[in-house]
Amino acid sequence: MAPEEIRSAVLDILSNIAPDEDLSGLTDDEPFRAQLELDSMDFLDIVMELRKRYRVQIPEEEYGRLESMKSTVEYLTPKMEDVPV
Amino acid sequence: MYDTIIIGAGMSGLAAGIRLAYYDQKVCILERHTTIGGLNSFYRQAGRDYDVGLHAVTNWTERGARHGPLSRVLRQLRFRWEEFALAPQCGSRISFPGVDLRFSNDIQLLRDEIAGRFPDQIDGFRRLESIVVDYDQLDGSSFDQSTREVLATCITDPLLTEMLLCPTMWYGNAREHDMDFGQFSIMFRSIFVEGFGRPFRGVRLILKNLVKRYRSLGGELKLRRGVRKIHVDDGHAVAVELDNGEVLVGKRIVSSAGHIETLRMCEDVSEIDPRRAGQLSFIESSSVLDRQPAELGINETIVFYNDSDTFRWEVPAHELCDVRTGVICSPNNYQYTDGRHLEDGFVRITSIASHDRWSALDEPRYLAAKARWYDRAVESAVRFVPDFRAHVIATDMFTPTTIRRFTWHDNGAVYGAPDKRLDGTTHLDNLFLCGNDQGFVGIIGAMISGITIANQHCLK
Repeated sequence: MAPEEIRSAVLDILSNIAPDEDLSGLTDDEPFRAQLELDSMDFLDIVMELRKRYRVQIPEEEYGRLESMKSTVEYLTPKMEDVPV
Repeated sequence: MYDTIIIGAGMSGLAAGIRLAYYDQKVCILERHTTIGGLNSFYRQAGRDYDVGLHAVTNWTERGARHGPLSRVLRQLRFRWEEFALAPQCGSRISFPGVDLRFSNDIQLLRDEIAGRFPDQIDGFRRLESIVVDYDQLDGSSFDQSTREVLATCITDPLLTEMLLCPTMWYGNAREHDMDFGQFSIMFRSIFVEGFGRPFRGVRLILKNLVKRYRSLGGELKLRRGVRKIHVDDGHAVAVELDNGEVLVGKRIVSSAGHIETLRMCEDVSEIDPRRAGQLSFIESSSVLDRQPAELGINETIVFYNDSDTFRWEVPAHELCDVRTGVICSPNNYQYTDGRHLEDGFVRITSIASHDRWSALDEPRYLAAKARWYDRAVESAVRFVPDFRAHVIATDMFTPTTIRRFTWHDNGAVYGAPDKRLDGTTHLDNLFLCGNDQGFVGIIGAMISGITIANQHCLK
């Protein structure tokens, strides 16, 4: 997967976790927490959905890398480059 | 080999099961009873549907709300708001001699009532509100602080203190006399700040949705399968042994059976202190009316009453029940959509009861006591709502013995043991608790409990 495809995969996960959020105005540089009503349970869900859908393992000490869309895509790019689209 | 074995198909076990099955775990829920629900169940008798447990689903929020426990449950279990189909309450009341405080799903009504009845207390009440809102329920550090001590810093009129304790204790306090402040905060928010709702079809709608979802994700549910023993090897649970002798192996076990009830199953535990079990149990006297309660002037959803200025939250010492305080609830009195209404009129009255005294009765005395205490509970309640007794066409009652028989919780305790295990851990490294003894009570609370334990101990 290329960074742009990873971005849309993450967006799809977000819309699944928080169906009532409007994601169209999401800014990539800003933390998710500042823009969306996400709590720690939701962050765990992002991690779990990535594992379920793409078999990506994220250790607990690295959950903090999923702070914003930008940091998430950067973090996932090497992990997901071999994931087929 | 299961990834996770869950003991008990109540709200917490089912919610945990959905989380785990959704993330592809092989999960099995074991339930000793013939049906699901545990403390929040339902039955059908003489052609009528009865709910057990649920008076109201607390933590009401409007469709589309993004905050609060209800929306958290919906998101975590991937339900749409519509699937729980909650209709808001019609309004409720705390009733003490000569003083009533009405409240609804908008806390402003309660503020206005307090400002009217206790004008010198409203500032203190607003201070209490902010303390409660600031309390972090996931932090849990000051959970077991005395509620009476915290209240004393805000409320100086003892009558108002008792009136605020009455509903919050009634809907979730496992401790006699006082209450953990963490529990009080949860109850205050879920009752006064958020409020009450109910699905038109009652608790069965929620339970059936949970089971349907769980099964669609590949989860296994085995009814009539009680766990009699947890096999232990070197601080590790290795398997469960069922009442029928069958042995199931799992990587981890989540139990909603209660803390000491679960310890009793562990083959490495020889001594249990039964005094640590919850003591508070109830009778509930259900009356079916020949008309809607509103036609008799019973318009409110729930009335919490107490017949003196002092509210006593304790197991009755000398009698089977204590009917000086009670909860009167009518499932008819919700704002159901499209003018729908329940066919029968219902009034349910809950009173405090002693499990030890009820369970000591032989069958004839037990039946006579049910008839006698139905009369006494209703007689006490009709001092606070219009007398409906001339319109009763059917009655039913459950007692602490009934609760014990169908939930296997010690003493038929409805809110579990007074001392909670907030992190859900036990002496075994792969055995965890969810449900009442983990800390959250009520329907939404139980589901939060199952979700939290699944997330923290079974998914990470």
